[in-house]
Amino acid sequence: MKNLVVENLTKIFSLGFFSRRHVEAVKNVSFTVEKGEIVSLVGESGSGKTTTAKMILRLLPPSSGKILFEGKDVWKDLKDQESIKSFRRKVHAVFQDPFASYNPFYPVERSLWQAVNLLEKKPTNKKEALELIEDSLTKVGIDPKDILGKYPHQISGGQKQRIMIARCWILKPLLIVADEPTSMIDASCRGGIIQLLEELREVQQTSIIFITHDLGLAYYVSDTIFVMKDGQIVERGHPDKVVLEPTHEYSKLLVESIPKLYRKLEDL
Amino acid sequence: MKEVLLKVENAKAYYKLEKVSVKAVDGVSFEILEDEVVGIVGESGCGKTTLSNLIFMNILKPLTLVEGKMLLRVNGNFEEISSMSRGEVKKRFWGTQITIIPQSAMNALMPTIRMAKYVEHLAQSQQMDPRDLLEKVSIRFEEVGLDPRWIKRFPFELSGGMRQRAVIAIATILNPKLLIADEPTSALDVVNQKVFLKTLMKLKQMKVVRSIVFITHDIATVRQIADRMIVMYAGKIVEFSEMEKILEKPFHPYTRGLFSSVLTPEPEIRKRGISVIPGAPPNLINPPSGCRFHPRCPYVMEVCKAEEPPLKEVEEGRRVACFLYSEERL
Repeated sequence: MKNLVVENLTKIFSLGFFSRRHVEAVKNVSFTVEKGEIVSLVGESGSGKTTTAKMILRLLPPSSGKILFEGKDVWKDLKDQESIKSFRRKVHAVFQDPFASYNPFYPVERSLWQAVNLLEKKPTNKKEALELIEDSLTKVGIDPKDILGKYPHQISGGQKQRIMIARCWILKPLLIVADEPTSMIDASCRGGIIQLLEELREVQQTSIIFITHDLGLAYYVSDTIFVMKDGQIVERGHPDKVVLEPTHEYSKLLVESIPKLYRKLEDL
Repeated sequence: MKEVLLKVENAKAYYKLEKVSVKAVDGVSFEILEDEVVGIVGESGCGKTTLSNLIFMNILKPLTLVEGKMLLRVNGNFEEISSMSRGEVKKRFWGTQITIIPQSAMNALMPTIRMAKYVEHLAQSQQMDPRDLLEKVSIRFEEVGLDPRWIKRFPFELSGGMRQRAVIAIATILNPKLLIADEPTSALDVVNQKVFLKTLMKLKQMKVVRSIVFITHDIATVRQIADRMIVMYAGKIVEFSEMEKILEKPFHPYTRGLFSSVLTPEPEIRKRGISVIPGAPPNLINPPSGCRFHPRCPYVMEVCKAEEPPLKEVEEGRRVACFLYSEERL
């Protein structure tokens, strides 16, 4: 079952006040995401990955093209407040920088309370809601005692990223858009975040879009990889096909340049 | 047998603050041979950069050398650089025997000072003719793949990868024996990383530098060029081994954990899966007793909590600091 369909998505940014210049950040991008599928958008900085993500998240209107989520166009068919709210419930974002995802003036659990308030079936009293929050924190491997009541500067980057994923356990979204979720944390914590997202997929059949420049990560987690270059998808397919037999010049160069653990680069 | 170029014996260097001291490097011994590349890996905050500062005696307060010796071989004799002052080592050996590419080499150059000016300063401090040296730099620029005309330009006119190569060209102009590279590739994209590694290896093949110490947290990168690898954890060396052997079978539980958190696009990785080392690295003001890895170690034994495992040779060319490989276990 197709969860998300992206058709001929294009975004053109216009720059300048008198002499307008146009930059095509995303050109004619089409792909689909099945239920419970993990896909990765891989590419260097400036290749249009994050712009694509923002359009899917309904944060940035596209210039042309369609984004269908559960058969509805997210930009044209969601008209009233209620349908937008339900869209926000079903699509969740985990951003690159866990340090910027929290308001430093409020305790970290505020973002979890906001998630609870977004729920369709709101818990009847505060105690129930607190239980829900504590449950979700335990699921992501955090002892609720360690973080409840604390402010963002008192907890580590890995914990912050985990709390963002705890939000996903409360809302149980159908689609998660994770924009470089592991780039700001240490390699030894990275494994934990990936395992959490994979578990979420196993248990709830969530679809996940990973946005990353790390082909190693994409190769490991995804079912399908899309390689982006200058706003276009230049290579797509199963990770083994993209990494082991790349066809496009750019993906060949990318795969060749990445240092490997078990083999030496040939021409050093 | 290769000659020893640099020897570090039981070095302890602490950051002495008002009330506490941070034990960034705590009892580290190793040697670097001539004509080899040694990689030093570890998580952030394990003392890698402090160790690199120690190797070339760049010790500035609050960092203090508490104990231990560093010996550098110069013209066949060992000079004890740890007993000299920073100024003396700087005058006698920096640039000529030992050199460093600092952590953010891209930002090491002042954007508004022409690169030629740096060369002139260097000539002045070494009492050489600036014109001779500039000529040498032009040749070296070509060798690292830069147009010699760039010397007259300002650093801000160059891209990140080019700036890095300019730094390496200027740093190696006096043919130092030992080159220390501290996280040189972490700010570059993969394509430029490869170009940089090629440049390093070319300089070594041309015998411009004899040995390289490559400090990084990226195991897959260091694996490409290093002959031997040092794994550091919380200010100590936990494993020191030849590259191929350690990749085939890492001994120390920390090394194993570190290796299995690496993700590279290879079929082996997909088969192997990814694992996590539970917990976080310890605070170096009050490190755990015994083996510093014991609170996170899956194979922890009673002895690990009480005693500190020594770094011992367990196989030819392989040293590991873990009780799993010593008699105390039996």
